[in-house]
Formats: sequence, structure tokens, C-alpha cells
Amino acid sequence: MAEFTVDDLRRVMRAAAGEAEGVSLDGPILDLTFEELSYDSLALLETASRIERETGITFPDGVINDLKTPRDLLTLVNSHLAGNAG
Amino acid sequence: MTPTAVVTGIGIAAPNGLGTDEYWRATVAGVNGIARISRFDPSQYPVQLAGEVRNFDPARYLPSRLLPQTDHMTRLALVASDWALADAKLNPAEQPEFGMGVVTASSCGGFEFGQRELENLWARGGQYVSAYQSFAWFYAVNTGQISIRHGMRGPSGVLVTDGAGGLDAVGHARRHIRRGIPVIVTGAADSSLCPWGLVAQLPCGRLSTVTEPDRAYLPFDARATGYVPGEGAAILVLEDAARARERGVAGYGEIAGYAATFDPSPRSGRPPALRRAIELALADAEVGPADIDVVFADGAGDRERDRIEADALCAVFGEAGVPVTVPKTMTGRLYSAAAALDLAAALLAIHHRVIPPTIHVSPAADYRLDLVTGTARSGQIDTVLIVARGHGGFNAAMVVRRHA
Amino acid sequence: MRRRIAITGIGVLAPGGLGTKAFWELLTSGTTATRRISLFDATPFRSQIAAECDFDPVAEGLSAQEIRRMDRAVQFGVVAARQCLADAGLSPGELPPERVGVSVGSAVGATMSLDQEYNVVSDSGRDWLVDHRYASPHLYDYFVPGSFAAEVAWLVGAEGPAAVVSAGCTSGLDAIGYACDLLREGTVDVMIAGATDAPISPITVACFDAIKATSPRNDDPEHASRPFDRTRDGFVLGEGAAMLVLEDLERARRRGAHIYAEIVGFASRCNAYHMTGLRPDGREMAEAIRVALDEARLAPTDVDYINAHGSGTKQNDRHETAAFKRSLGQHAYQVPVSSIKSMIGHSLGAIGAIEVAASALAIEHNVVPPTANLHEADPECDLDYVPLTAREQQVDVVLSVGSGFGGFQSAIVLADPEAKALS
Repeated sequence: MAEFTVDDLRRVMRAAAGEAEGVSLDGPILDLTFEELSYDSLALLETASRIERETGITFPDGVINDLKTPRDLLTLVNSHLAGNAG
Repeated sequence: MTPTAVVTGIGIAAPNGLGTDEYWRATVAGVNGIARISRFDPSQYPVQLAGEVRNFDPARYLPSRLLPQTDHMTRLALVASDWALADAKLNPAEQPEFGMGVVTASSCGGFEFGQRELENLWARGGQYVSAYQSFAWFYAVNTGQISIRHGMRGPSGVLVTDGAGGLDAVGHARRHIRRGIPVIVTGAADSSLCPWGLVAQLPCGRLSTVTEPDRAYLPFDARATGYVPGEGAAILVLEDAARARERGVAGYGEIAGYAATFDPSPRSGRPPALRRAIELALADAEVGPADIDVVFADGAGDRERDRIEADALCAVFGEAGVPVTVPKTMTGRLYSAAAALDLAAALLAIHHRVIPPTIHVSPAADYRLDLVTGTARSGQIDTVLIVARGHGGFNAAMVVRRHA
Repeated sequence: MRRRIAITGIGVLAPGGLGTKAFWELLTSGTTATRRISLFDATPFRSQIAAECDFDPVAEGLSAQEIRRMDRAVQFGVVAARQCLADAGLSPGELPPERVGVSVGSAVGATMSLDQEYNVVSDSGRDWLVDHRYASPHLYDYFVPGSFAAEVAWLVGAEGPAAVVSAGCTSGLDAIGYACDLLREGTVDVMIAGATDAPISPITVACFDAIKATSPRNDDPEHASRPFDRTRDGFVLGEGAAMLVLEDLERARRRGAHIYAEIVGFASRCNAYHMTGLRPDGREMAEAIRVALDEARLAPTDVDYINAHGSGTKQNDRHETAAFKRSLGQHAYQVPVSSIKSMIGHSLGAIGAIEVAASALAIEHNVVPPTANLHEADPECDLDYVPLTAREQQVDVVLSVGSGFGGFQSAIVLADPEAKALS
């Protein structure tokens, strides 16, 4: 996979944890916090786990819960895909 | 004085009706909800009929957030609990912080969700197992999800007693009302109509292999061949009667009596304990057999267990001493939800003054029961006995009565 | 007058030694029973460690037929029930059947058998339309774990109410609480109550891996369960059972039974917050503790020992520390708090009953078991967690608490029936 796009992320988030009442994933979500999106640690773990399975990358323990926004997550995924995750 | 527990709200998702009104219309009219299994192709299995809840679109009722983390039966439970609260005209946000609890029964948990994750585990590997598997399949999930959805922070409870569960949950909910908790959401939901769920039920040997929907589940009939599995939810709002009255809600009826017993081991040679459960429930309600207007029977659907129930009813009420009905003939047996649904139906019978029929059944004379067959029977109904049993030996009996 | 409830028999199967004596010796010596999983090949999993019971059903007297019929968890439950009856000086069939009930807690039922059976009938997950011809004849008993209560009821000859109580990880406490309700209302005179779970199975390990709730300290399993320690990194799965004989205190005294302790209060509350998360302020657990103490007519200062949930996850340890402070006030800083999960792991629904057994034994022996592996407490956990070494002290009143998925918090209070605080 070359790049994980915001639309890929939206698709995975929908399947992983859906939308809470009164929250939409359709708009500009990248800089909303996961908290604003009503994404708790469980929703985030399920999202991350689906990304791992889809892309073949493995996130180190602990990094996922430190992410604040979908942009953070997207950046993390793409840095792994580019092979420079450290 | 000990508070009286009244049912002020009912929410139903049943094979022959989604929502209380639709269910009750169908039930009084004798509409059968049993049909060939549609959720998957049952051709290869010896059992091909079930009572499935049809036309249930969870996305219509629940936020998409809840869908990836819930089994079908939890969605039924959540929607039924929404309906029950609306029916009770109860706004959870207006209740005291710890004043609402949740007590539900479950027989097998979220079996379809479990099948999907077991498939992920065995076919693809542990990393494919959902983060929600840690709770979505387990027996306590409905109590948890209902309490979260409505902000209920009072007592919690979950009972697993197979088909007796619906009554055991309500019986336990009544204990909480009696010790001063104003509201308990209670009842049960079950569904195991996935291939794995059906296969898991087969070894009990009591499922009917008949493929005609009007011939498969015939309790108290000489042609009885077993039962048809069903799915669904019946959720009730149980409330302290004094508080319900204060807010202007009369309720459907009072949980007046309850008892549970367990059958001795088949190897013991001792008699079944069902009759004692019935007698204890009547005593608990401080009523005699003559006060009971109708019995909603368990109706196992096999000769041996129908005989045990008929004997117990005759011993308590005399031969054909009380009208008996089995509305389950329209839905199949819903495991823990079966008794909760019968309880709801009993309350609706009191409310609408009509006994729903037992369909398809020609009662065998040797059971000596006054079975309400064919069409519904109208009349004054004030006090009802509900009988329920679960695999292994669980017996429960409950008396509900019109609340003055 | 309110009926009082005595614990007159204890049967425990726990990792590190079967039977009550071995269990108590393990706890008071601060020894850990956590190790690499041997029940199946756990190498593909993130967490490969657990606290397992070295359990041989044949040696425990179960017949070949019983072993085939019963899931491992049922086997535990039945053996523990037999032990508790013998410990109480009762034999099966001696009690009036109508006045005896059964309450068995289990969070995950026959998970182990279901997991294995699925592998078989689905051809290792290949067939969604699973093949019933390969199914065990006992599959229904795994399907509905009500069978757990049935087996115990048949063993003891109980014909009163029987139930499985399944409230996630508070199942053990809640099953005992349920039994107390039946005893207090006079429905029964004796309850065989407790809990069992045998969850060390691929599906359970995988589901806790998925939420990173279990410890991945695979290279050092003996030190992996570290409640309240700064370096803790999740709980360690366990298995086991504890069954108790609970009876009317007057009845117990009349027949000259040994009384370990009295159960004086119980309450459960939903947190209505999250299926797996805990509110950091401990509000609902504090409420459960308050109600349980109230039922016991005891003051917070009467509590001599808190047997904590102490699972070893960060959120739990902080949550319950907050709950103790909220419910007990200043006394929370004085009372010893310990977690036996540091030694025997977290056996989900069973652990609550095992912890009640430990609490009763603490009263019996006037010893507080330690929290093993606690070398440096999390700065946010600032109570007396009894690190490493058991403590001899007067123990008259014990509070034991539990938290479970589903958002459940339960609290139970045990006391020496002769304790001054009760008069």
C-alpha cells in the first residue's frame, strides 16, 4: 500500500466503531480530537487493529493511546508505510 | 412498608411482532412467527425452522457506534429497552443518580458475534479477533449496555437459568424494588440463530425436526415432537408502585408472587420440583388457585415434559381447573427471553382483558387441561400465573395481578 | 429480626495449590503462581502467561463420563463444592433438598469447550455453516452455562432455587450476594454459593490481547501480575473456583458448625460509563461500598482490611484507590489493602468468590495476605498495599470489592460474628 488516505481512515473508522449520536465522520475530521469524535480507547484500539491487518504494519505497544487526532493516526500509519517509523 | 413492584413499561421484539402493539395484535389474532430459517441456509441441518425477528433494521434505532460492538440479541435488547422506557413515560435523566438498576437474564450470550470471532481466531489468527469480543458475546452484555445507554447506575444483575431466566431476572429485580430502588429495567433477550448457535442446541435432543411451521411445535398435543427455537427480547420497566403513582402512571400490573425451584437429578428417583414452584409463587402472592384467571404455561412441546407440567397444573388447580395458554406456539422458545415475553403477554392480557390462543394444537385429552386453542378468549382477567422451565431442571413461577 | 449469614464451609481450587490449605499457604507466603501458559500453545499471542491450576480431574474423583460432560470450569466448581460441603461437616443428601439453593458465578461459562468445539465443527474456521455431525453430545451444556448450577445442585441434592450469576468479573461476588438475598428472605436455609471460571483458552487470550488488557511480560511470568506497582502493565489471566457453604447463623450455631465469618453486607452498582473503562473518580464503587457497609451497620473505620480488585491495570488501580478514599475517607490511608491477584492471577468470574474465601481466611487466621511484586507503588496509588509480606494483625471486618466488564462494581463485607463492631 502506497499511502493511507483520509478516506481510507474514514472507511476503517466506520467499520471499527461507527459514529456516536450527534457526531459525523463525513466532514473535516482530521483535526478534531478523538474525544470530540467520541472515540474512546477501545474504539481507537479496534481502529488501529483493523489498520494493522489491512496494511500489514505493527504499531508498538502504547503509541495508539497517545494519539490525539485522526491526523496523528494518519501520520503514524504513513510513516510506517514509508518505512521510517524508527 | 415494603414497596410494591409494578410493571410500568413494556418493550417487545418478537418473531411475530416488532413493538408491543404489533406483537399483541398478532398474538391475539394467532399469527405464527415460525418459518424456515432465513438468516443462513439451514438445508444441511436436521432443524430448519425458527422464530426469527423479521424486518429488524438496527441502524434505524441505534447509533452506528453501537453496531460494531453488539450482537444481534443485544441490539434487540437495547431497542426493546428504549421502547419500554418510552412506554413507561420515564425519562432516565430525571431520576436519582443511583435510583435505576438493570437486571437481565441471558441463556447463551451473543452467540453469532462469538461465531464470527471464533472464525477469525481459527481461520485467520488471534490478531483478527475484535476488540469488542471481550464483552460483546458474554452473558452480562445486555445489562451493561442498557445501563450505559440510559445512565442507570443502580444495582446490576445477570442470571443464567436457561428458559427460566426471564422470570428469575424479574424476581430478582423485585428484590431491589423492595429494598428501595425506585426503578429496575429487567427482562431478557436471546438469539442464537446462527449456524453455530443452531448446532449447539441440537444435542439437547428436544428440538423439533418437523419442517411444516404449523406442525413443528405442538405443546400438550399427542403429535408433539419437540420445540422450535426462537429469538427476541422482552424488556420491562419495574417500578415502586408508590413512585409510579406519584408521576401519574398506573402500570400494567404488580409482580405479586415469585418462586424458583430446581429438579432433582434424574438418577435420584425424586419427583420434579415444578409443582412446588407454582405453589410457592401462589403462596408468595397470597392467592389461592381459585384466584388465578389464566396460566401462561411453559409448554415444552415433548410428551415427557408436557406431562410433568400438566400433572403439576392439575395437582394445583384440578382437572381443567383453569384456562391455560401457550402463546410461545407463535414464536418458538426464545430461551431466557421466552419467560420474559410470556410475562409481558400476561400483563397485556390483564390490560386488554383477553387471553391469547395456543395455535396449531389439538390438546391431548389425557393432559386434562383447559387449553385456550384456536381463537383468543375474552373476559375479566385480574391474576395470571406464568410458568417457565430451563434445560437441566430450572423451574420458575410468577404471579402478576391487576394493580388497583 | 434480620437473618444472619454464616460461612461454614470453604472449598478452593486456585493456581499454585488445590484445596484451602495450599491456597492459604501460597497467599501468606507471598508466592506467585503465574507462569507461561501450558494449556495450549500460546506462542502466537501477545500475552503468553497465566496462572494455571495443576488440576487432574481423575485424581479429584470425577468419573470418565463426568469429565466428558463437564467443561473444565464445571469440574472445578463441582470439586470445590464437594470440598466445601465436607469442610462444613455436611454430606450430600443430608440437607432437606427444598431448603437448599445453589448460586454459581461464572463470567465466561464453558468458553474453553466452546472454543475447542468450534475448531472441530468448523474445520478450523473454514466453514461458516458448521457441521453438526462432529459436535459433542454435551454441546448444549456448554452453550447454556446454567448447566454449571445444575451439576452442583445434583451433587448436593439441592432443590431450592439454582442459578448461574454471570456479571463479568464481579460474578463471584454477585453470586454470593445473590445467595445472601435468598437466605435473608427465608427462601432457603443453606446456599452452596461461589464461582468458577476456566478461561485460559485461545479465544480469551486473543480478546484480551486485542485490547491490550493483559500483561505481555512473557519473559518474566512470575513477576507479571503487579497490582499498584509503577511498572505494572496489565492483568494476568487465571483460573479456578471457590465454593462456600452459607447458612443461617443460628442454624450453624445450633449444629455446632465451625463459622469462618459472617457476611454482613453486599451491594452492586452499574457505572453506566463504559463496557471496559472505569470512571477515574471511583464513584460507583464508592457507592457500592457505602451501601454494603450501611447494610452491615458498620462505619468505614470498622474496616480492618480491604481485599482489593487490584487487577494490575493502570485504570483499575487508580479507580479503586479513588473509590476507597471516597467511601472510607481518612480511614482509607490507615487500612491495609492488598490484591491476591498478584499471586493467583485474575480468574474473571471466579476470582470474586476466591477473594471472599481469602477474606474469610484472613478473619479466621488474623493475617492479611500481601500484594506480591509490589516494589514501588504508582505515585497515584498512595495507600498501604501490604507489599510482599503477609501481616499478622487483628482482622474482624473485611471489605472485598470487584470491578467487571459491563461496568459493574460490587462490594461485600465480611465480619467475625463475635466482633465488637457488630454489637
